[in-house]
Amino acid sequence: MTDASADVVATTSRWSPRVRRIMGFLGVLVVVVVIWELYKVVGKALGGVVPGTELRLRPPPDDRIMPHTWDVVLQLFRPVRRNGELTVLLLGKAALFTLREAFVGFVVGGLVGFGLGVAFVRSTLAERAFMPYVVASQTVPIIAIAPMVVVWGGKLDIPQWLSVAIIAAYLTFFPVTINTVRGLRSPAPTAMEMMRSYAASPSQVLWKLQVPAALPYIFTALKVSATASVIGAIVGELPAGFRDGLARALLEFSQQFNAEKLLAAILMSAIAGILFVGIVTWFEHRLVAAAHRQE
Amino acid sequence: MVAGTNSRERGRGDGVSDAVVVARGVGKVFGTDTDRVEALRGIDLQIARGEFISLIGPSGCGKSTLLRLIGDLLQPSAGELVVNGKPPRQARLDRDYGIVFQQPTLLDWRTVRANVELPLEIMGVAREERAARAEEMLALVQLAEFADHHPWQLSGGMQQRVAIARALGFRPALLLMDEPFGALDEMTRELMQQELLRIWTETETTVVFVTHSIPEAVFLSTRVVVMSPRPGRISAVIDVPLAHPRDVETRESDDYYRLITEVREALRRGETGEGRR
Ligand SMILES: Nc1ncnc2c1ncn2[C@@H]1O[C@H](COP(=O)(O)OP(=O)(O)OP(=O)(O)O)[C@@H](O)[C@H]1O
Ligand SMILES: [Mg+2]
Repeated sequence: MTDASADVVATTSRWSPRVRRIMGFLGVLVVVVVIWELYKVVGKALGGVVPGTELRLRPPPDDRIMPHTWDVVLQLFRPVRRNGELTVLLLGKAALFTLREAFVGFVVGGLVGFGLGVAFVRSTLAERAFMPYVVASQTVPIIAIAPMVVVWGGKLDIPQWLSVAIIAAYLTFFPVTINTVRGLRSPAPTAMEMMRSYAASPSQVLWKLQVPAALPYIFTALKVSATASVIGAIVGELPAGFRDGLARALLEFSQQFNAEKLLAAILMSAIAGILFVGIVTWFEHRLVAAAHRQE
Repeated sequence: MVAGTNSRERGRGDGVSDAVVVARGVGKVFGTDTDRVEALRGIDLQIARGEFISLIGPSGCGKSTLLRLIGDLLQPSAGELVVNGKPPRQARLDRDYGIVFQQPTLLDWRTVRANVELPLEIMGVAREERAARAEEMLALVQLAEFADHHPWQLSGGMQQRVAIARALGFRPALLLMDEPFGALDEMTRELMQQELLRIWTETETTVVFVTHSIPEAVFLSTRVVVMSPRPGRISAVIDVPLAHPRDVETRESDDYYRLITEVREALRRGETGEGRR
């Protein structure tokens, strides 16, 4: 939910909260660009070293490693290679391709995460038995898991994009499980006693009290998961050797040592992530905002 | 007080048959060894159909615990409890009682109407019947025009009235209330007491009401059960033969003041250790 102070300011301002939000977003962008360019100008003026020492500035302010921000944007509208596709088109398609895997992984991971959360709240035994493994699963680096999933998926004749989605799901489910458990346990003890006094069945308690109470918690997790699933999909595409996703573009551009293209690809990944989180937030406002407005 | 001088027909009956609650030697111990607390010991109590019983006593004397035992939210460590002729568990499964806590405990994501309908939904009452009953109950607590509001849009007193409507909606034989007016200001509180008496008269339920306020206990009850702590037990039971309907005049009558004094003295006797082990 929007914080109260923003609302108070909004009432005294000429602009609607939505416009103010967009202005805030653009403001930060401008500041970042200014700092970036200023660093380049000042760095070059100093000859690329910290004044009075021999220490080289990191990163070096030259155009090859730290291109101008406008060059990064312009790169989007140049062909990727001679007579090739426009960079923005290639990256746009790649982002859509990756988002599709990420989305499937997100849905699967979200459902698994929710299911595990419910199971853990229902049965302390299940929680004790499985929680350590769930936690351990997240400490194993995803770059170690991803090739294994792809290899096993290949042996089992699972379509490769599905293997990638499974890797995305792997990064998605954990925050959802943790927050589902917290959310389902959030109702006041008296609310639970009230349900008990109605002789409500466990599933009635779950769906009429615990799940509605957990929704704000679950949506917080889903926003974390939305970004994590994009990362999972990109990492999963590498061992799968996909040519159509963002991973391929990122890999190729970094091998070319082309900072402009690489930064353009990073920009596109970021936009994909923001888009995804935006969609989740839209649903959150539909489902949760009206219900929990008092905060 | 002379026993049985209730001006009300549906006052206390002596037969076990029409008893809604029977407690025999009920005790409750929390914890083990080091953190052991004996919350209740040797509770004997009989509550007849249609009575309005108040439990009063110093903090920690086990009033809430006794209420929770009756409502099968806790299991007794000793003795026996019978509710509506059944074990408390069966009474709970039969939805024999409604419960109102100190906090209204409404669900924020539901409208006032949907909150009142919650227990009916759980009990599988049909949609039209649910709507009709919610309507009726909200009219009873005079909140009909707030049916489509959300709980956070209501004052504390209004929220508590919704909680009462919710508890009455499925017409329980027994209403258990744990300091339901504790968080209200004095004026609202007196209004709510008046309301509750009116509802009690109209619905003919039996009420067990926990309170810290002596005037509240006297004004509302047919009998006041005075409890004392460590371990929690009943130190006196005082009949309240004030005429019904009770109103502002009741609060100014000599009988009312005399009864308040009587309850206060019973409380003090319990405090100073008479019968303490
Ligand atoms: N769940 C519990 N676990 C352990 N001890 C408890 C528990 N519930 C109550 N007690 C203890 O039992 C005793 C009686 O508690 P209870 O809540 O019934 O008192 P009360 O008369 O309702 O007090 P108050 O007027 O403050 O609400 C207290 O000493 C309390 O510490
Ligand atoms: Mg209490």
